[in-house]
Amino acid sequence: MFLINCPFCGEREQSEFKAGGEAHIVRPKQPTELSDDEWAEYLFMRKNIKGIQFERWNHVHGCRKWFNMVRDTSNDQIKAVYKMGEKPPVK
Amino acid sequence: MKNKYSIFSLIKNAFSYHENWEKAWKDPEPKKEYDAIIVGGGGHGLATAYYLAKKHNMKNIAVVEKGWIGGGNTGRNTTIIRSNYLWDASAGLYDHALKIWEGLSQELNYNVMFSQRGVMNLAHNLQDVRDLKRRTHANRLNGIDAVYLNTEEVKKFCPIINTSQDIRYPVLGGTLQRRAGTARHDAVAWGYARGADEMGVDIIQNCEVKGIKRNGDTVEGIETTKGYIKTKKIGVVAAGHSSVIANMAGLKLPLESKPLQALVSEPVKPIIDTVVMSNAVHAYVSQSDKGELVIGAGTDDYVSYSQKGSHDIVEGTLNAILELYPIFSRMRMLRQWGGIVDICPDASPIISKTSIKGLYFNCGWGTGGFKATPGSGDLFAHTIANDEPHKLNAAFNINRFVSGDLVDEHGAAAVAH
Repeated sequence: MFLINCPFCGEREQSEFKAGGEAHIVRPKQPTELSDDEWAEYLFMRKNIKGIQFERWNHVHGCRKWFNMVRDTSNDQIKAVYKMGEKPPVK
Repeated sequence: MKNKYSIFSLIKNAFSYHENWEKAWKDPEPKKEYDAIIVGGGGHGLATAYYLAKKHNMKNIAVVEKGWIGGGNTGRNTTIIRSNYLWDASAGLYDHALKIWEGLSQELNYNVMFSQRGVMNLAHNLQDVRDLKRRTHANRLNGIDAVYLNTEEVKKFCPIINTSQDIRYPVLGGTLQRRAGTARHDAVAWGYARGADEMGVDIIQNCEVKGIKRNGDTVEGIETTKGYIKTKKIGVVAAGHSSVIANMAGLKLPLESKPLQALVSEPVKPIIDTVVMSNAVHAYVSQSDKGELVIGAGTDDYVSYSQKGSHDIVEGTLNAILELYPIFSRMRMLRQWGGIVDICPDASPIISKTSIKGLYFNCGWGTGGFKATPGSGDLFAHTIANDEPHKLNAAFNINRFVSGDLVDEHGAAAVAH
């Protein structure tokens, strides 16, 4: 359990949020052109990093807005929170 | 040859105050080269080494473990064993394991305390009833024992369950697999370690893998905290850390590692003589031989390697437990812990070759790998030794995420996810 600083609502308990997995996976521009391998990469393959990971979160029991987070998955420490569409902070 | 454990060896050692038992396994330094190296000294890894030595005559092999053997998810699960999975591929895989469990203590000369006390899965709504009935029929077609119970039969089988129809999620029925049950999780790791050690397998603890050396698309060896070790075959059985090892080899896996929690109560006299799982409200409970209630909670939904989970997950599980078993309302919880589980998108494992020659992965067991330990080891050993999967694990190859031929056990397997 940890606290998350929602960019819209401020600091709230993690249980108010829903994790949305790895961030910055771009939807293919030409889906019809994709090979099976590329689809597998897009749909299923994940970095699943132990350490600094970029991920999406949704304040599902709050403002219901999506945002991004930089978190150290080895100790659950949050390094940065930023809005959708913004460039990830350089670490 | 190791001395056989028996009542006579117990009496004999009693005369020397149990101070002269031989070591169950050696503590060797790594050799320069092995024919195969298993990364991960949990139950699955040690079982893999055991069957490689026993059935495939590969004796020059090692198991490397970053901590101590059985210290990861092998020692953190709730020890439930069952094979009542929906799909044919899963039924084959898990029942293969269950059949090995039935003779495992004799085979290993090590008491794994396998107890076929039955596993009951409860239905709390109409869809549960339909799903569980469907699964019962599917199980029977695959030769797996399964019966559907109505509410009265559930109450008769486990009298402490609250079957009142005015609770929030009333019990509408359930399934029962009588051959299912529990085992002593540490003993499984120790038994396989002792058996593998006897056949010459080096079990190297406190040896963390730091890198995988490749020559083009072929593996050459591993870098570890105890130095470089040469090998042609690497079998990775690293559970939550599978992706970390895969990254070292430049591979990506379809896994997410998440904390899964369990907790035990203070010990009490025997009160529940079976295992009861309830998918819809996420509560499952059994009682250990020490008398503790063993309770499995859920996974957190975020990736974490911290080996601790959120308090609200435990709270939710205990709420459900208390509604189903009001008799536990004044029990106190003794310990709580977390393990990191590697979850596949289809909630089925991967036991597979990879695009890199000599690199094999056995991962993705998610929240339910303990039950499969013997079968997983047997099939992974077959895959490594022959460079080809056994027919029972052919469906669990990594290419299913490309072909789309998934084994979708999410929700279908009575699994509590």
